[in-house]
Amino acid sequence: MTDAALDPGAVRAIDLASDASRARLRRRYRAEARFRAYGIAALAVAGLFLVLLVGDIVIKGLPAFTESRVTLTVTPQLSQVSTDGTTGADALRGGDYAAPLRASLQELFPEVTSRQDRRRLFFEILSGGAGDDLRRRIMADPGLIGRPVTVSALLDDSADMYLKGRLTGRVERTGRGTLAISGATGDVTLDSPGAFRDTLATIKKALRDEAAAIEAAAGRVAQRLEALPVGDPRRATAQAGVDADRSRAAALRARAAAPEAPEVLGTDTPSELVAVNGGIVKLTSIGPSQAQGRVLVPLGTAGTVSEGAWRTITLLQPEGSRRLTDQHIAWLEDMRAEGLVTRHFATRFFTSGDSREPELAGLLGGLVGSLLTMFVTLVLCLPTGVAAAIYLEEFAPKNRITDLIEVNINNLAAVPSIVFGLLGLAVFLNFFGLPRSAPLVGGLVLALLVLPTIIIASRAALKAVPPSIREAALGVGASHQQAVFHHVLPMAMPGILTGTIIGMAHALGETAPLLLIGMVAFIVDTPQSVTQAATALPVQIYLWSDLPEPAFQAKTAGAIIVLLVFLFVMNGLAVVLRRKFERRW
Amino acid sequence: MVTDHPETFHNQGPTTVNRMADLTMPLTPAAGLFTANEAKVTARDVTVHYGEKQALFGVSIDIPERSVTAFIGPSGCGKSTFLRCINRMNDTIPICRVAGEIRIDGADIYDRRLDPVLLRARVGMVFQKPNPFPKSIYENVAYGPRIHGTTTSRQELDEVVETSLRKAGLWDEVKDRLDQPGTGLSGGQQQRLCIARAIAVGPEVILMDEPCSALDPIATARIEELIFELARNFTIVIVTHSMQQAARVSQQTAFFHLGHLVEYGATEQIFTAPSDTRTQDYITGRFG
Repeated sequence: MTDAALDPGAVRAIDLASDASRARLRRRYRAEARFRAYGIAALAVAGLFLVLLVGDIVIKGLPAFTESRVTLTVTPQLSQVSTDGTTGADALRGGDYAAPLRASLQELFPEVTSRQDRRRLFFEILSGGAGDDLRRRIMADPGLIGRPVTVSALLDDSADMYLKGRLTGRVERTGRGTLAISGATGDVTLDSPGAFRDTLATIKKALRDEAAAIEAAAGRVAQRLEALPVGDPRRATAQAGVDADRSRAAALRARAAAPEAPEVLGTDTPSELVAVNGGIVKLTSIGPSQAQGRVLVPLGTAGTVSEGAWRTITLLQPEGSRRLTDQHIAWLEDMRAEGLVTRHFATRFFTSGDSREPELAGLLGGLVGSLLTMFVTLVLCLPTGVAAAIYLEEFAPKNRITDLIEVNINNLAAVPSIVFGLLGLAVFLNFFGLPRSAPLVGGLVLALLVLPTIIIASRAALKAVPPSIREAALGVGASHQQAVFHHVLPMAMPGILTGTIIGMAHALGETAPLLLIGMVAFIVDTPQSVTQAATALPVQIYLWSDLPEPAFQAKTAGAIIVLLVFLFVMNGLAVVLRRKFERRW
Repeated sequence: MVTDHPETFHNQGPTTVNRMADLTMPLTPAAGLFTANEAKVTARDVTVHYGEKQALFGVSIDIPERSVTAFIGPSGCGKSTFLRCINRMNDTIPICRVAGEIRIDGADIYDRRLDPVLLRARVGMVFQKPNPFPKSIYENVAYGPRIHGTTTSRQELDEVVETSLRKAGLWDEVKDRLDQPGTGLSGGQQQRLCIARAIAVGPEVILMDEPCSALDPIATARIEELIFELARNFTIVIVTHSMQQAARVSQQTAFFHLGHLVEYGATEQIFTAPSDTRTQDYITGRFG
């Protein structure tokens, strides 16, 4: 062997100067650069999608963390806030605290008299829970009754979404030129030389675009029409349709072609509001220099105002396809112009349970439900999982039975979570008769889900402890069990904890099994124990995502942010724990 | 705790002298003269299988008390395997089977009534790579006395720790930082800590499996001095790859080759006048 190594002919030296060698080197450099580029590209794509996802959720979810309120000065009367005329706690609890708020709003808009408008103002601008804060304050200090109190009343979710700019696109401009208004209430005429020309031009352009779209569609139909055989009965009907479309387009074009001709604004076109003299006028028809309108919020005075003293507000979403009418918006705009509308951090989002009213709905129920469920899961999983891992890894004889158990634990980790949900339904609810929708059952089901993860992670952590430590312990006369519990287990603990926390984070985000055991119910009250009906955070997200209100869409995204923050915190905790225990020695 | 050594392969031969009582009692080695004494460890016809593979072929040897016995031989010759038979560390390997007879002070250590854990308290071991526990220096040394309950008070334990560290020649270097992690010491210090840890239990025999192979020459020299010192009180068996080391520290040398004990005798004789040609070839560097 040594002789062969010394033979100069046996090993051929590499000629580093040859072309082939240089080419080989270049090829290797290229391959390495290519590999790096692939890696960076993959990371960039992943990062981009992550940013898009998180950005989208944050943008959608931010409105959920604030709420809009209107500042009102109210004088609560004993007859309103007390059920029997006394100031006993029970009597005050049952009082109608929205009534003083309504009275205050009525003072703000005295012209609102019709039944429909009053309903809109009192029940669609103010939240159903607007009186809750006032109730709390008066119950704490009944002396406030009969005295003027400044309250910050919660607004309804649609009003809130409008004020946050989520309901409709909104363009505000300062008026150009002077504006003459014919009256302060009712239908009025607004005159302003050339002031509406731009708006009119925009409307005319929209007409032209619509005409072009109709013509293009009609053209496509006409083209296909040529392919039909002459005498086909469908030909005549189709031709009639094409003709009708073309004449409609022509009419639109004619309207668009006359730049000075006034246009009527309806519920299917963007709304134009003019804010002037402390009031708001909605334009019903518009010409270049003159517009007709209806007063939504009475003006202080009629007459002529100078340039810059009036504004136009364009609501891009047509009135017919949004949740608030122009009248609602006019009131909100008026209150905002008077500085009565304020934005607050929505502590309610974290301190109240679910509600049918988006502005009152909060996460607390889901949060507490999740925490209780996690508690049950942890209490069941950690001791069982770690004990099973220690036994299987350190003490169990290596035979066919333990092999079978090992294979089945690995299989269990791959079972879809909904199957565990079905199992929980069949066994825990139907066989053992445990309460439906309870965190106890949720925790049991999630424990089944997490157990294999913890066992596998713990076994890996135990296996990773260097055998020299075990030998050292045995060498000084420690028994096998002493070696495991005194030395191997403490060294494996960071890995075990990491595995456990990652398993728990997995369980925290799990939804499907909880749906099957009934944790999907609409539950307003915050659960107090593991046997009370509850929902969990991801289930709450699932429930809200199904609701049509835009405010609930925001709440959904907001709840996702909270859930993600929880998961990040848990994973961060896992990292911190691992670092802490690893650095100890 | 149930012993997990394979009973089936245990030598069932008659036990002439039953000195089980000795095995369960921690003995404090009496200071004696540095002379070769009667055999402390006697092995007769020891055979070891790892699964199908036979690693040792009928090894018989007498290891005298309070002296250093070196096992030399090329890699894979079975010297470590035999060393690990003396404190039954091979029991922890499920596929390992040991046959034959090993006696310490006349008592069969593979007797089924013997708890291997107690045996290991009497027969300490120092491993190839320094393997202190990831605990403080104090805790490393105190661990053995603690689990065996040989000390009753904190003061006694402190004394045992100090004595052991002194015997291992480490006390002066670590006395001010006993609460620091043992893993923070240098390689040589770690190995001396491991020796102190082994001494603290009060063993009679100390097995050393290539204790200097991971150390630099200076640390090695210190350990060798230490071994020389320790031989006054303990019976030391050392496996080494370095023939110079064997020549320097040991009184007896055993040469293993391919699972056979080829030659065993006084170190001087092995290195100067080996009777077997294989020994001759090995110590002159023909192979290995």
